[in-house]
Amino acid sequence: MTLDTSDAPGGAAGETPDEGVSEFLRDASLFLAPDKTIMENHGIEERTPLEDRCMAAESDPARLEIVRERLLAGANESFDMLESMGAAPGAKWGDCVSAIFTAKGDLSLASTGGVVIFCNLVQYPIKFINKYWTGEPTVGVKEGDVFLVNDARYGQAHNTDQSMMMPVFWEGELVAWAGATVHEGENGAIEPGGMPSMAEQIWDEGLKMSPFKVAENYTLRRDIVTFLQNSVREPKLQYSDMKVKMFTCRRLEQRIHEAIREFGVEAVVSCLRSNLEDTDTEVRRRLEEWPDGTVRHSWWTDGTLRENALIKINLALTKKGDTLIFDYRGSSPEFTNRSNNSLDITLKGMLAQLFLTYVWPDLPRNQGVLNPIEFVFDERSILKPDFGTPNAQSMMSVFTSWSVAQVSVMKFLYSVPRKYTRVLAPWFNMINTFLFGGVTQHGEMVGNVCADINGMGGGALPDRDGQHSCAPIFATMADIGEQEFMEEEMPFVQLVSKKLMKDNQGFGRQRGGMGYQMILALRDSPIWGFMLTAIGSKFPNVPGLFGGYGCPTYPLSRISGVDVFEKMQSDPASFRYSIEALMNERPFEDGEYSTHPMFLPYALAERGELYMIAQGTGGGFGDPLERDPEDVMRDFEEELVSDDVAWRIYRVVFDPETRIVDREATAAARDDVRKERLAESLSFDEYCAQHVADGPPAELPYFGSWDDPAMVYAGSRDRYFPAGAVNPPVIMQNPLEAKIERLEAELARAGRG
Amino acid sequence: MRVFITDALAIDLDSEQWICTGCDAELGSARENYKKGLRVRPRDPREIHAPIIDPDRYEFTFAPDPEWVRIVEYYCPHCARQIEAEYLPPGHPPAHDIDFDLDALKAQWADREPLAEPALGPEFVAPPHHHKKGGG
Repeated sequence: MTLDTSDAPGGAAGETPDEGVSEFLRDASLFLAPDKTIMENHGIEERTPLEDRCMAAESDPARLEIVRERLLAGANESFDMLESMGAAPGAKWGDCVSAIFTAKGDLSLASTGGVVIFCNLVQYPIKFINKYWTGEPTVGVKEGDVFLVNDARYGQAHNTDQSMMMPVFWEGELVAWAGATVHEGENGAIEPGGMPSMAEQIWDEGLKMSPFKVAENYTLRRDIVTFLQNSVREPKLQYSDMKVKMFTCRRLEQRIHEAIREFGVEAVVSCLRSNLEDTDTEVRRRLEEWPDGTVRHSWWTDGTLRENALIKINLALTKKGDTLIFDYRGSSPEFTNRSNNSLDITLKGMLAQLFLTYVWPDLPRNQGVLNPIEFVFDERSILKPDFGTPNAQSMMSVFTSWSVAQVSVMKFLYSVPRKYTRVLAPWFNMINTFLFGGVTQHGEMVGNVCADINGMGGGALPDRDGQHSCAPIFATMADIGEQEFMEEEMPFVQLVSKKLMKDNQGFGRQRGGMGYQMILALRDSPIWGFMLTAIGSKFPNVPGLFGGYGCPTYPLSRISGVDVFEKMQSDPASFRYSIEALMNERPFEDGEYSTHPMFLPYALAERGELYMIAQGTGGGFGDPLERDPEDVMRDFEEELVSDDVAWRIYRVVFDPETRIVDREATAAARDDVRKERLAESLSFDEYCAQHVADGPPAELPYFGSWDDPAMVYAGSRDRYFPAGAVNPPVIMQNPLEAKIERLEAELARAGRG
Repeated sequence: MRVFITDALAIDLDSEQWICTGCDAELGSARENYKKGLRVRPRDPREIHAPIIDPDRYEFTFAPDPEWVRIVEYYCPHCARQIEAEYLPPGHPPAHDIDFDLDALKAQWADREPLAEPALGPEFVAPPHHHKKGGG
């Protein structure tokens, strides 16, 4: 049971006409859950009297731009501090951000580097603090206070992130907030590393920090720090990064104060407000340039991280005038005992990143970009789950939803004469990397994630190929870290690292940027385990664009029953340097070779057994048959494609020894393919009559709408409900129980035989 | 006047027809789903994304599962250019993906200069890289 106080009056005393009733209700609230009036408003707040006064006093755009650059320099400086000093692996490779917010809590100015979604979501806890703690005599908001939050339901991307927020006062008046967020990793969840795929309840997800005060007079409260350290596997990390984030906020506060001293409080407040209003105005102007209409696109995730399932993300994106509406109705219902649900605020924050990075990268990074945009979701869906539904692995649905939006936005953008960056096929979108936990070679207990999450392949452009293993969709400036640094601190080795995988390509006239493979093994630890928390082993994660193909699917490959370090000493020539060679040639006679989906619950590892995965490729752009044969040959020379792909996909005729293309033969071979296309294809009506069904295949566990977004399936054809009204809700069987049932049935059949 | 809608499709605002940008052929009414004027071919996804590791030995091979996904290819009926490749669960209806308001499009382009070719936009510039290695 949850208590929702969203209808209870809040705010400072005296806000409502009947102060006594208001105070009574406030005092009678048993639990201050996330406030719906805050959480369901992603737009910018009304101007405050202070903002009105300051904007009237200071509106010179040139002067405001100088102030903005000054504040941005402070944000970037503080971001550098965060990245340099942060102890979390995420901080080291840029999975963090610092930002300045208005007094009301709107994100006004994010650091140039860093993860926009993080700070976009911090608006919500700041607004909660403003509403509930400012007038609360046991808490209060004073100069030198610092607040912390990690519970996604109050406003975070997921619980593994921790955001610190500091009010900025000037002459006793609240004028802004400073914020710093880091993907910390470990948070005391049921599995190490902060992103538990095993979480069946929110209580399995570790720390649940609603926004609360952790420091006064710029000093962390040691009792609270101790409590938090006592609740996680990495107490040193918890303490050190609280200090780092607090000093990041202090630097922001210092720079804001300096700007006020130099330009006046009116200029600074007016600047923060103008950022939002100007961005809103400019976004509306740019949307007017798009065609009016609707783009529809769906995609399917293929697992919950506990089992494979076909889970629909459905989008109708409608643009009219200066407004854009993301309608995600018809997407899968929520999974009440799985962690793959995403909060709607998380998706909104990710979509801010879509626009600020992939559509209008020239705009200031603030939440005004979403002000003209509306969102529609089904209640209790995978994109708007109930309060008590787990969401620790929200990336499984939010990244797919983001890619669905990316494709749809590009279909609007292509015809627009004036663009601010280029149309792009989908970026790879999945976190193909390992989480880990255990005791290091230095005797420390840790739980976190490899930076290889950041090696996602870029999408192809109309006139050039995508970039290889480039950056994650959520942080284009992040990098993949130094493997050697990781190996100094952690007891595992990447025996093959950052080596692009042949034929792992989004084919197209321009091909997607390719993904590398990683082959790792535990070396020196008394106890250590790995996890893998990704999807896309049956249904690819991203499509291509305008006739290009998407990425392939990805498995986890393992070789157990072997200590590869021993092998390297006794028979070094036996090792192979690719997944393909290791799995197909099977060089270790005593090894057990197996493949699995890209999800692996935390499992203890043996020394020297191999865990192998590949990063994903971005989508291709345009008809692959139009790819310049010389580009195919370059990829062939660089061992990015095999002769099989050069022929089967790109239909290039060449001499394998000299790589000289026979252009005439290639043209003739491509013409043959075109003839084959026409001969083997159907008219649209014929296709629909022969291949379109009235519902999902009976044997597939299918979730979401089929042809009518108002109705959704909840795992089988006989569980078909109005969207938002799935009853009983989706509860998945324990995979181990399911396996035991299957095995018992097999035994029973064998007994009868 | 032609408006470039995708890499492979334009709309002729005067004739209200979808046009293949590969061969200039008319493909059907721009007030309808462009897919209705194309040839359609469902593909086993393994024909495109072939197994990289031995499918006789392993369950997961880098190739999509044809029981879970099909690739539906759309071609120009005249020049056979591949205009779209849609990934769908078997039997799922194709999307009416591009459904623009043609009258609004005409009004919007009435004030614009025709384009001889699609506008690609500004040159791609990599975002600034903030993570400094080795103190550099």
